[in-house]
Amino acid sequence: MRFYIRRVGFYAVTLWIAVSLNFLLPRLLPGDPFSILIAKLQRSGDIPPAVENSIRLLLGATEDQTLWEQYVAYLGNLLRGDLGVSVTKFPAPVSELIAGALPWTVGLVGTATVLSFVLGVGLGAWAGWRRGTWVDSIIPSTTLLQSLPYFWVALLFIYVFSVQLRSFPIIGAYDVFTFDGPEPTWAFAGSVLFHALLPAVTIVVSSVGAWLLGMRNMMVATLSEDYVITAEAKGLHPRRIYLTYAVRNAAIPSVNGFGVALAFVVAGSLVTEQVFSYPGLGKLMIEAVRNNDYALMQGVFLMITLAVLAALFVMDFVHGLIDPRARHHD
Amino acid sequence: MTDRPRLTLRLAGHGKLVVGLAIVAAIALFAIVGPMLTQNPRSSDNPALLPPQPGHWLGTTSLGYDVLAQLAEGARGSLLVGVVAGSLAIVLSLVFGVVAGYTRGWADEGLSLITNVMLVIPGLPLMIVVASYLQVRSLWVVALILGATAWPGSAIVLRFQARSLRNRDYVSAARVAGERTPRILLVEILPNLLPLLTAQFLFAVVLAILGEAGLSYLGLGPNGSITWGTMLNEAQGGSALTRGAWWWFIPPGLLIAVLGCALSLVNFSIDEVINPRLRQAPAAARSVRKARKAGLDITAYDGGDGPAAVPAVGVSAPLGDEPREKVQA
Repeated sequence: MRFYIRRVGFYAVTLWIAVSLNFLLPRLLPGDPFSILIAKLQRSGDIPPAVENSIRLLLGATEDQTLWEQYVAYLGNLLRGDLGVSVTKFPAPVSELIAGALPWTVGLVGTATVLSFVLGVGLGAWAGWRRGTWVDSIIPSTTLLQSLPYFWVALLFIYVFSVQLRSFPIIGAYDVFTFDGPEPTWAFAGSVLFHALLPAVTIVVSSVGAWLLGMRNMMVATLSEDYVITAEAKGLHPRRIYLTYAVRNAAIPSVNGFGVALAFVVAGSLVTEQVFSYPGLGKLMIEAVRNNDYALMQGVFLMITLAVLAALFVMDFVHGLIDPRARHHD
Repeated sequence: MTDRPRLTLRLAGHGKLVVGLAIVAAIALFAIVGPMLTQNPRSSDNPALLPPQPGHWLGTTSLGYDVLAQLAEGARGSLLVGVVAGSLAIVLSLVFGVVAGYTRGWADEGLSLITNVMLVIPGLPLMIVVASYLQVRSLWVVALILGATAWPGSAIVLRFQARSLRNRDYVSAARVAGERTPRILLVEILPNLLPLLTAQFLFAVVLAILGEAGLSYLGLGPNGSITWGTMLNEAQGGSALTRGAWWWFIPPGLLIAVLGCALSLVNFSIDEVINPRLRQAPAAARSVRKARKAGLDITAYDGGDGPAAVPAVGVSAPLGDEPREKVQA
């Protein structure tokens, strides 16, 4: 029970810190985002008082309130689910924009993360099993994959496949000329898959190396454990040793890492989305940043943090249920 | 005879190290000497979008900047950001990792809580938020943002190590002998963490350079300075992709990748020093296979836990004339 109380407490504290960071950052950092924003808005017409008030509250330009009163008002707004109003896509509420972008990110980055994990751990297990052969000499090259700037890989892919070969679309999540919006047809699903291919391959290429290397090193360490030697001495079939004795144990750290990776799916590949103009959270956030749409930017940041925390929280509980050691160590 | 496989191994281990260090040195040299040998990276007197040719070995950008000159100047910027942010991250992870791992009670609880909170708050979005509020960003400010958000991962690793060192006999002896905590941390514990620290530092540098490139690509990098990331940002803005100017956007990314790879190679060799199994197990498997090829029937092998087991399988070559001899390993 103590374990669960501690975990709940931890996530509550973290959530509170994230929210407070969001509140304090525009107030503590130098510069005056409020004036910049208002000046920018006035250029494009009159500002409704409600919007100005909401911006004041977000960015802390309220003169007649103490910091504490602002903080209370800010928390109150959050609790009602009011993340403010987007300036660039006025008058769309921030929460609506986020809800529209979230499925694209989860779909793309989620699928790519699962693919990358399966591929990396599979190859890593094989490379570990074949230790001491030529396979060892290609292992260091996986670090090249890891040190590639992933958005640069995306640029290369676009240049080669979309610009030179013209075989893949450059932007978007589906063909905007054929479809007005998402619709439940096979043609639409095909278009979505086709558009997701290059971004997904980019994410897989830049993340598979880490899984591979981690799994391979664990395999090498596991295969020199005494119980594996015992299994060999007993004359067990190599496939049984490979799967039941080695892979199963060596995969434990990778599976734990996979849980965390899944939790961070939402935080995912901000820059990759931007390169491919994929309509997910990343692009939403970056567009907000470019247009000084602070309400939208803060909203996306909060949403990402919240999703990561929620996912990790669930993962922790599952882990605690499955593995009693986790409960007792803490 | 038994020394032979181990000697080649030692050389092989050094191979990665040598290659890695050589590349890092070459890039550092390029950053130091390059800007003196190339033209002014901000001079737009050249024709726009020239392909690579003598005089402009990497061509020019759409504004007529020489790409090679920008690359050299960018190397300075990127390396500076990487080293500064990496150092900051490692100092922070030392405080939050080693101090938390060594002490107990409230200090440990507090420091660990901060580490864990920072670990789960997504880094890149946080960086984007902070960078976007700061309208004026120098190279140093960007390095500061990167360093201040990149430390929790290595703090966790260091904390774990410091915890296990804390319970070693020699540390207890030092404590009983009346050494003060700062001295124990600096003199007894820190030297033992050095290989790990080096690895974490190099990793932090790679991460910072990648992070800077990402931020700059989004237009949130240092204003006024040239880095590899700002080059990519300008290439994107100048539609280098659709205009086919590969000489503009390929070199900066490639240099980041090569530098990252070189630093990882160095890390690889450090890893093999810290974790001998990574070296010994493949070597043992290799010599067993050699022995099998030479016609020896080897049943059990795998010298997992230390050098003692390795010579046993090194018996291989000289027994060639008597093919079916049994070797008990």
